Amino acid sequence: MQETISEQTLWLLAVRDQRDRQAFARLFDHFAPRVKAMLMRGGLRDGTAEDVVQDVMLAVWRKADQFDPHRAPASAWIYRIARNRQIDLVRRRPAPLPELLDEAPDTEPDAEQILALEQETTRLKAALLALNPEQTRTIEQAFLEELTHTEISQQTGLPLGTIKSRIRLGLDRLRKELADLKPE
Amino acid sequence: MTVISHHIAEKLIAAHVAGQLPHVFSVVVAAHISVCDECRARAEAAEVLGGALMDSVGPVSLSSGALGRALAALDDEVPEPAPITRSGIFPAPVMQAMGGKPPAWRMLGGGVRQQILAADGEGSLRLLYIPPGMAVPEHGHRGLELTMVLQGSFSDSEGRFAAGDVEVAGGELDHQPIAGPEGPCICLAATDAPLRFHALLPRLLQPLFRI
Ligand SMILES: [Zn+2]
Repeated sequence: MQETISEQTLWLLAVRDQRDRQAFARLFDHFAPRVKAMLMRGGLRDGTAEDVVQDVMLAVWRKADQFDPHRAPASAWIYRIARNRQIDLVRRRPAPLPELLDEAPDTEPDAEQILALEQETTRLKAALLALNPEQTRTIEQAFLEELTHTEISQQTGLPLGTIKSRIRLGLDRLRKELADLKPE
Repeated sequence: MTVISHHIAEKLIAAHVAGQLPHVFSVVVAAHISVCDECRARAEAAEVLGGALMDSVGPVSLSSGALGRALAALDDEVPEPAPITRSGIFPAPVMQAMGGKPPAWRMLGGGVRQQILAADGEGSLRLLYIPPGMAVPEHGHRGLELTMVLQGSFSDSEGRFAAGDVEVAGGELDHQPIAGPEGPCICLAATDAPLRFHALLPRLLQPLFRI
């Protein structure tokens, strides 16, 4: 089991807190090719996908102050930005976004909580790896590729602490759902 | 923040995060998440799954110079449009659907008012204003319907729905919501175009969420 906070999350924190360009370059090297893969699976051509990757990664730089490692690993936060951008493009209107939750600016990072979320993410990845190819394919299709059907064919109350623990609960449930899918 | 007792099913939240919900339903989900920490946590958990999947796909190389382009653009001034924010009882995603303007009601009779915010091939989105004690008008609909209360309350065979609550109704539910006596009930209702959503969602998400 992972013992320390992932380097991706540390890079994103360095971007957020120090506006660290080298850390941004590392994030770009890691995530830009993955975002591009997702966009191309979603039907964008190579050149367009590259332009959208630029938009997404620049949004990562500009919106880094919204990143909260207690609530999302870097991959989840970047996934959200990329998926919403993809929705904007496919539907030709902005994806509806919930209001942001503002954390008190003086909140101290809680390394233990960040690590616990990342460990839960690692377990979720392990559960994904245990699926059969067809199940993996279906889930990837839903989360990475096809947006709502016809568009694609046309185109071609609680305190924050509680939210954070609820996210892990939700992950635990998702992991169990995935585990239940596993053939005996 | 009021206590919310009727939430949105996890599978719908996951479908929203994955971009699988028609726009009009996503407006309701985003509005509910704006006031419901419970469902926000569910959405963020689904994003972790999305991120894990994105992290595991085979990467596709970028053209040479892509990183240089990005680095060179970091300091560019980008004029950001002023974000649309909550106004009174209307959460930000609803204000966005309203074009940032206050409601422009059309009288339907019996004191009931409505404003259609979106109506197209993928469904419709409307605001409804129901005087106290009046029945919510039936719109002869057989598909999926998400109704979020923004002010006041309504009650039907499924229970009482107050501000922040969402009722998820399928075609089989023959409900007749009545606005509560405490004051006018204002709600946001999304309905799908017939035969659209149901045919689509199970195929994509059934294995994961066992609809
Ligand atoms: Zn909820």
